[in-house]
Amino acid sequence: MSLLEVGGLSLKIGRKTILRDVSLSVAPGQIVGVIGESGSGKSMTAFSVMQLLPEGSVCSGQVTLSGHDMLSLPEAALCELRGNEVGMVFQEPMTALNPIRTIGDQVAETVLIHEKVSRSEALARAREALDRVELPADRFPLSRYPHELSGGQRQRVVIAMAIALRPALLIADEPTTALDVTTQAQILALLKRLVREDGMGLLMISHDLAVVADMADEIVIMKDGEVVERGACPAIFSALKHPYSISLLEASTHAPDRSVQPVDDALLRVRDVVRTYTVPRKSLLSAPGKVAAVKGVSFDLKRGESLGLVGESGCGKSTLTRAILGLEEVQGGEILFDGQPVFDGHRANRAVRRRMQVVFQDPYGSFNPRHRVDRLVCEPFHLLDRLPTGTEREAAIAEALTSVGLSPDDKYRYIHEFSGGQRQRIAIARALIIKPDLILLDEAVSALDVQVRAQILDLLADLGARFGLSYLFISHDLSVVRVITDRVMVMKAGEIVEQGETEEVFTNPRHPYTQQLIAAAPELPAMARKAASDT
Amino acid sequence: MTDLRADSLPPEGAPVRLWHRALRSRNFVIGAVLTLVFVLAALVSFVWTPFDVTGLDIANKIKPPSARNPLGTDHFGRDILSMIMVGARVSIAVAVVAVGIGMSFGVPLGLWAAARKGSLLDEVIMRGNDLVFAFPSLVIAIMITAIFGASAVNAIIAIGIFNIPVFARLTRSGALSLWQRDYILAARVAGKGSARISVEHILPNVTNLLIVQGTIQFSLGILAEAGLSYVGLGAQPPTPSWGRMLAESQTMISFAPHMALFPGLAILLTVLGLNLMGDGLRDLFDPKLRGRS
Amino acid sequence: MLLYILKRLISLVVSLAVASVVIFLSIEILPGDPAAFMLGVNAQEDTLAALRDQLGLNGSLWERYLSWVGGMLSGDFGMSYTYRTPVAGMIADRMWISLPLAIYALTLSTLIAFPAGIWAASRRGSAVDVGVMGVTQLGVAIPNFWFAMLMVVVFAINLRWFSAGGFPGWDKGFWVSMKALTLPAIALALPQASILARVMRSALLDTLSEDFVRTARAKGLSKRQALWRHALRNALIPVLTIIGLQFSFLLAGGIIIENVFYLPGLGRLIFQSISARDLIVVESVVMLLVFAVVLVNFAVEVAYAVVDPRLRRR
Repeated sequence: MSLLEVGGLSLKIGRKTILRDVSLSVAPGQIVGVIGESGSGKSMTAFSVMQLLPEGSVCSGQVTLSGHDMLSLPEAALCELRGNEVGMVFQEPMTALNPIRTIGDQVAETVLIHEKVSRSEALARAREALDRVELPADRFPLSRYPHELSGGQRQRVVIAMAIALRPALLIADEPTTALDVTTQAQILALLKRLVREDGMGLLMISHDLAVVADMADEIVIMKDGEVVERGACPAIFSALKHPYSISLLEASTHAPDRSVQPVDDALLRVRDVVRTYTVPRKSLLSAPGKVAAVKGVSFDLKRGESLGLVGESGCGKSTLTRAILGLEEVQGGEILFDGQPVFDGHRANRAVRRRMQVVFQDPYGSFNPRHRVDRLVCEPFHLLDRLPTGTEREAAIAEALTSVGLSPDDKYRYIHEFSGGQRQRIAIARALIIKPDLILLDEAVSALDVQVRAQILDLLADLGARFGLSYLFISHDLSVVRVITDRVMVMKAGEIVEQGETEEVFTNPRHPYTQQLIAAAPELPAMARKAASDT
Repeated sequence: MTDLRADSLPPEGAPVRLWHRALRSRNFVIGAVLTLVFVLAALVSFVWTPFDVTGLDIANKIKPPSARNPLGTDHFGRDILSMIMVGARVSIAVAVVAVGIGMSFGVPLGLWAAARKGSLLDEVIMRGNDLVFAFPSLVIAIMITAIFGASAVNAIIAIGIFNIPVFARLTRSGALSLWQRDYILAARVAGKGSARISVEHILPNVTNLLIVQGTIQFSLGILAEAGLSYVGLGAQPPTPSWGRMLAESQTMISFAPHMALFPGLAILLTVLGLNLMGDGLRDLFDPKLRGRS
Repeated sequence: MLLYILKRLISLVVSLAVASVVIFLSIEILPGDPAAFMLGVNAQEDTLAALRDQLGLNGSLWERYLSWVGGMLSGDFGMSYTYRTPVAGMIADRMWISLPLAIYALTLSTLIAFPAGIWAASRRGSAVDVGVMGVTQLGVAIPNFWFAMLMVVVFAINLRWFSAGGFPGWDKGFWVSMKALTLPAIALALPQASILARVMRSALLDTLSEDFVRTARAKGLSKRQALWRHALRNALIPVLTIIGLQFSFLLAGGIIIENVFYLPGLGRLIFQSISARDLIVVESVVMLLVFAVVLVNFAVEVAYAVVDPRLRRR
């Protein structure tokens, strides 16, 4: 008999239908992956199982967990089951823990809520749970507070809370999305180990096909609140039927056509760049500390080249980006753009700046919500000595919008009227409008759904060829960097540890850190990659 | 109450739609109507009042509400309705100017401090704010009156000074969260300086916060003015003011409660109207906070 | 934690120092001779000289400031000109009315606001919530001295449960004195309780929507348990800020309420001193109020660190 049986589940919040006729099942010891883009209803499916839904939600259908009919149980009985029979792990480890209570206290609470044991007994069980998630007592005593831990460590604490009572089912809702790739690999390995040890069922929810495909026994693909396809993994990939699943798989492995040949002439030359910050003093008597975010970085970016810069959060890639853009002065080394310094004395060099533009990660935070699109895309004109006006300005706006696949009439609209992918197109239009030579793409596709991402990558490749653009592609996502760049640099702790031709670095990494990164990156099973390349 | 959520998002949608939604918000409509009634009363009082408020009419003194005097008369026989209409002028004027002082000094200081976050300037501005907060508003008023004498103008200055740190803090915290946004970075990449960014990108996106806080400070200003004139530190006779009407009624409260009731109700309803309007505006500007406070 | 407290202490001392300079200079910028200002135009030359001497007006600005601050530090606030008694003694007498009144009102306000705010937040959107929000909306808008007058009409004049004003003195017995402070304390507390209840409610609703509350629910805590064990203590941080602000407001707001009830507290003293132009008393009382406010803010900041472990390391 299966552990969790969801049949014909529908969910409405207010008048809005969120889920329609969702069916899936999880057996003990089985890992079931639920895949879908944002808004597909995958998280709401998980919350329906937990019966932790927003107010005004109405569920119908059937959810049976270890023989309990979850939809008809009273709240008190549901509380008994939550944490005991089913545990849950969430996406955002940074906010999932109560900031003012110790980790020991919070893990022990799971035990205290469900069993009549003494506090010291509960704390001993908490210790045991933390040991199981590889947070050893010597470095992570029970008295630690969440703010003293890193994201990955916090996620381990959340997992410890969820598995402290060895529940029959664990639900993990995007458990690694907020984490770096090496941390992600560790957390995924931990989850797999716990499933194996406890014979626990795992319902794993993710937007990332590769993350799920790598570990799941069965896969459920969701779109717009419905299950479009389900089947055993990885066999399912060779026999996908639904057009949505097929296009999802194609988009996950999509490689845009790129035909530009870089010219052997350095457009951007970075030499021994050092960027240090002062940090607040630790005690009254000590001197203010200095932290080097970038420690002597050198590289060249050729004209027409797409250069990747990969690294995990905190490695200094954002700091380096700001230095290249001339937003912050560097403490050592030099940055030359076409032979001219980015910083002229202590001021940014406008002549250079107008030839570089940037596209940021967050399609929602990148635009002033009070301005219309025409004003938004015209912002870089400020860098010109003579601001285009009248028909010249209109023509420039129209050209920029058309080249990113939008209509010139979109200039009259406000930013909130656009979807995430469209906003990213507008961000690219804003970068294009003053016809730069170099565009820095700072995690520019990281926040996008996989299909939209594939479209934006195609657009970037196309624009690069049409306008002879060079790209500096900054990302934590190795799979994206691999398909869009000619050369790649790997950054760690403020230094570039390896650089070379992209394909060469990926197939034959030399530096141990690069090897570690590439090994940690989730990859679609061979069968899925083959299926994708056949379509 | 005095502090708004600074990280609230800027509004979505065109101004026209906002106005339509406003008219459907119960809080906003009730609040706006109440506020409008008192503003109109103050404006009408310049051209017409039922009775003259400067003349004495001892024959008709301390009369309870009647057809002739709907709210009764005071101990000099003056019509209380007329007094309340004229008194609204002082209350509104004091509150408007005090909010104006608070905004015109506080907002630039807050923008400036946020643009130079962590610098000595930021520190000086914020410590200065803390210092003003250390003087309760009434104590500032008392000091000013002790030095310069009691008058409506001094009351305005006293209340206005206290408004400066309120707006400076609000602007700074709102601006700080906006400075983190990528569109500010985009503006810097476009070569814009921090002064220009503050005016072009930050200020328009904190105006909602300022409008809501403005209505709250407006209502607090009316309460403060009433308190000051009650203890004789506000507008001086013969200018009628709600606070002094209450002070004068106090000795007669046992046999003429109407003299205390109506000026007090006027204050209560005006402040209530402004607060409801502020709540309504906040809900409109920031739907995710709806019903929170 | 120690470093944090030390930093706060330094900022407390700096605030006090700057405040004392501001107050001192404000009195100093008075047009003309403070002694002449205090005594009026018809003052005799010898009384003027005596007052100048007494005010310490004969030294340089710097010397006068130092002697004023030095005096206060050693408990000597100077002599009141009108009463011919040491200011320190006068303030001490009045303190024993104003301070208990503020504490009484703050206690009432907290006792009303906490249950009301928690109740409303835990039943968001229910009749209870709507009721609490409606009453507090009125409570925020009501001028406290007017509310005090209405209470005098109802409870003192009509029902005769309380006297309409005056203070018997603590030597006449604790309960009698507390009774005399009850109406004033209620009048002060009601608007403050309304504000506090609204802050409590919105702070709780904010924390209830945090991720860690959802985590707690996933562990099997009921809504109630999640509120009491996880949301409440986190919600205390904004609430503490408001309590701190309220105490200073109550001390100063007491000044007006003391007038309504004819209580011989600091408020009465300050008004009498203003009309008598007894600036030395005004100066000292203002400084004392500022001291109290700064001290309370310090206490609130220490309380933050007790509630929130993240602050202890800064």
